[in-house]
Amino acid sequence: MAGNAQHGPLDQFAVSPIIQLPNVFGIDTSITNSALFMLLGVLVTILLFVFATRRGTTIPGRMQSLAEVTYQFVHGIVEENAGRAGLKYFPFVFSLFLFVLFVNFIGMVPKSFAPTSQIIVTLGMGAFVFLCITIIALIKQGPVGFFKHFVPPGLPLWIAPIMFLIEMVSYLSRPFSLGIRLAANMMAGHTLIHVIAAFVAPLALFGILPIAFLVFMTGFEFFVAILQAYVFTMLCCMYLGEAIEEHH
Amino acid sequence: MENAVADIASMKFIGAGLVSLGMLGAAIGAGIIFGNAAQGVARNPSAEGQIRKIAILGAVFAEFMGLLSFVLGIMILQG
Repeated sequence: MAGNAQHGPLDQFAVSPIIQLPNVFGIDTSITNSALFMLLGVLVTILLFVFATRRGTTIPGRMQSLAEVTYQFVHGIVEENAGRAGLKYFPFVFSLFLFVLFVNFIGMVPKSFAPTSQIIVTLGMGAFVFLCITIIALIKQGPVGFFKHFVPPGLPLWIAPIMFLIEMVSYLSRPFSLGIRLAANMMAGHTLIHVIAAFVAPLALFGILPIAFLVFMTGFEFFVAILQAYVFTMLCCMYLGEAIEEHH
Repeated sequence: MENAVADIASMKFIGAGLVSLGMLGAAIGAGIIFGNAAQGVARNPSAEGQIRKIAILGAVFAEFMGLLSFVLGIMILQG
């Protein structure tokens, strides 16, 4: 299977331009399949929520309760992890959750493409969140208060510089862990499904076994898609909560 | 030494195979997390919601370490 260059399990992650656009200041602005499916994810989200909330009724129908449950779920995550002060950032966190969720879901459709399996996409989101939260923390706590977080109180003086370095590395690795976790999870699931799918045809009648496993794996991948969106959002809220809390 | 190129190609596969041992750590970690979560719920069923939240968060962190070995394997084979 590894020798088959045309249908390797990793070929589904290849990014190819669909509409060629010129380079602007050395940046290729072509619409790739990754960008197309990200736009599709945004479009589906907007259409779904506009359709679900077009008639706000006191007793919600099926679509409206879907939107309301999602809203309340994310509202709960923000309030629990970032406190009431974090609710100011709720619209952004909600958009982030919906984007990750729907792009993950669209990636599960056969023959489609999962942009969240591209490390550059998830790392971009992680780095953006990380930069914003660092700027918020610097404004809220001031430079001295910000760096005080890296040295836990009551530490012997000689160990403080080592602790500062360790905490600094752990702080700076946050965007990478956010990005790589999401991308690796999506990539691992899609690769596994592809590898198992390659067993179906050679096994002839016994191919029913891999098919049964594939059904199970696809269901599990939907669970992972929701879980990863939840974890991404929750970690962002936890980092946000650390940045905006008044007393440590 | 005419087989040097072929040797490097086969070494890549050996390396990727060795990297998959990283899954062992993630498996042990997930086992410890959910085992202790089950124990915690058995001792105090009223704390189930909170324990589940902590367990999922812990499992995600443990899983991430296993997935890092997957990413390393891909990098060895493709890079």
